[in-house]
Amino acid sequence: MENQEALASLTGKIATFVGLVGKKLPDDVTAKLKELSEGETMPMAKMIYASMEKNQKEAEELNRPSCQDTGLIQMFVRVGTKFPYIDDLKTVLKDAVFIATKEAPLRHNTVETFDEVNTGTNTGTDSPWLYWDIIPNSDKLELDVYMAGGGCSLPGQGKTLMPGEGYEGVVKFVLDVMTSYGLNACPPLLVGIGIGTSIDSAAFMAKKALMRPVGSHNANPKAAALEDEMTAAIDSIGLGPQGLQGTKSVMGVNIVNSARHPSVISCAVNVGCWSHRRGTILFNSDLSCQSSTHKGVAL
Amino acid sequence: MKKILTTPVSDEDLKDIKIGDVIYLNGHIVTCRDVAHRRLIELGRELPVDLKGGAIFHAGPIVRKVEGEDDQFEMVSVGPTTSMRMEKFEKEFIEQTGVKIIVGKGGMGPNTEAGCKENKAIHCVFPAGCAVLAATCVEEIEGAYWRDLGMPETLWVCRVKEFGPLIVSIDAEGNNIFEQNKVEFNKRKDAALEQLYPKVKFIK
Repeated sequence: MENQEALASLTGKIATFVGLVGKKLPDDVTAKLKELSEGETMPMAKMIYASMEKNQKEAEELNRPSCQDTGLIQMFVRVGTKFPYIDDLKTVLKDAVFIATKEAPLRHNTVETFDEVNTGTNTGTDSPWLYWDIIPNSDKLELDVYMAGGGCSLPGQGKTLMPGEGYEGVVKFVLDVMTSYGLNACPPLLVGIGIGTSIDSAAFMAKKALMRPVGSHNANPKAAALEDEMTAAIDSIGLGPQGLQGTKSVMGVNIVNSARHPSVISCAVNVGCWSHRRGTILFNSDLSCQSSTHKGVAL
Repeated sequence: MKKILTTPVSDEDLKDIKIGDVIYLNGHIVTCRDVAHRRLIELGRELPVDLKGGAIFHAGPIVRKVEGEDDQFEMVSVGPTTSMRMEKFEKEFIEQTGVKIIVGKGGMGPNTEAGCKENKAIHCVFPAGCAVLAATCVEEIEGAYWRDLGMPETLWVCRVKEFGPLIVSIDAEGNNIFEQNKVEFNKRKDAALEQLYPKVKFIK
């Protein structure tokens, strides 16, 4: 019984957090948008930034999802081997999304492929989509919750290049995405880039890059420098908010990398829209919790 | 002063509206996206709503049942979706329905430009992601059709007041702000790449 109560409590807290992620942007994104808005000089872009700010304020006041596309929920799970509820966690996460769908409410965004039926619950075959990382000798659970909307999922693509094409090929690939699909994906974007061996690893790292805070840097000094160079390069295109021109284009560029096979260099791009709804929450074994992205939130 | 159009919209109403203008809408707008376009154009099914002189919104909202009412819904959150997905259908859609205002997100292509020019219609961008802003412009949901498609794809008939800001991206002459911007963006991109290439010679 005690275990059942704990599971219900964990499920409820995660459901509440999922709902909250749809209503309030993480602190780093809010700060970056403010900075971009204040630095903007073009009148159309300024009007759009003002609309965004008003929208986020109203979403909070009216307790509603700030964007109607609350995404197909994805989570990065980092669970300690000694976290007491590890065995039930997959069910807990699915149930939490089911509850959040009714309570937040979230839009129904899980369509079963081939049957082409919307389940109406945001749960289905491998939905929510989960990435697992097992942490040895830890009794904690840390979750990144991400609302992967349709608009910002659409530009996602990857390519396996020959080493002869080099990193030159990588930067061209990324910038081509920016001026084609990127400008429709609700800029200013957070650009996630994965660079590594096969295409699947690159795609995964590109999404993982979007879980890193805006303004953070890759631990490798060369990769970190490239993040800044690419931010400047994409900004110089002047996509502006909504792709309708502005003095800047992006919230930032985050690169995650891995070693590669000598014969290939794979790169992939995943972008987050300006309404980058990402939340991180840490649970202790007694289910007390705190969020690093939404400071001061009580569940 | 705010430029406000009211449905039904006439050719005359659109005559002086140019790309980059900001307008607002009074009257009715119907959410209409991927499958509704496909049903009309590819499957030849008649739309359950008369759109002559009307407005559509490329959007899939979050709606909530009104407590205590049998079949009433309220708009919680509604914002535009990527209009480009409807590009392959939009010219014929405009021809067949007589719709005058298409609201969505991002640019559309040559097919829609031609449809707008030949039939006198416009495409506008509502700032995407601003879904609460849009929802509070909806006074009432007056109808819901093709509900078998689920919440995002249902045709929700919304009565709106000063719905906007709507940034005109294709005008009734077929001018397209996104296509004009793209030419400039691509020039700047090529220049940016020339600057980047010498800095990424990590394989040597």
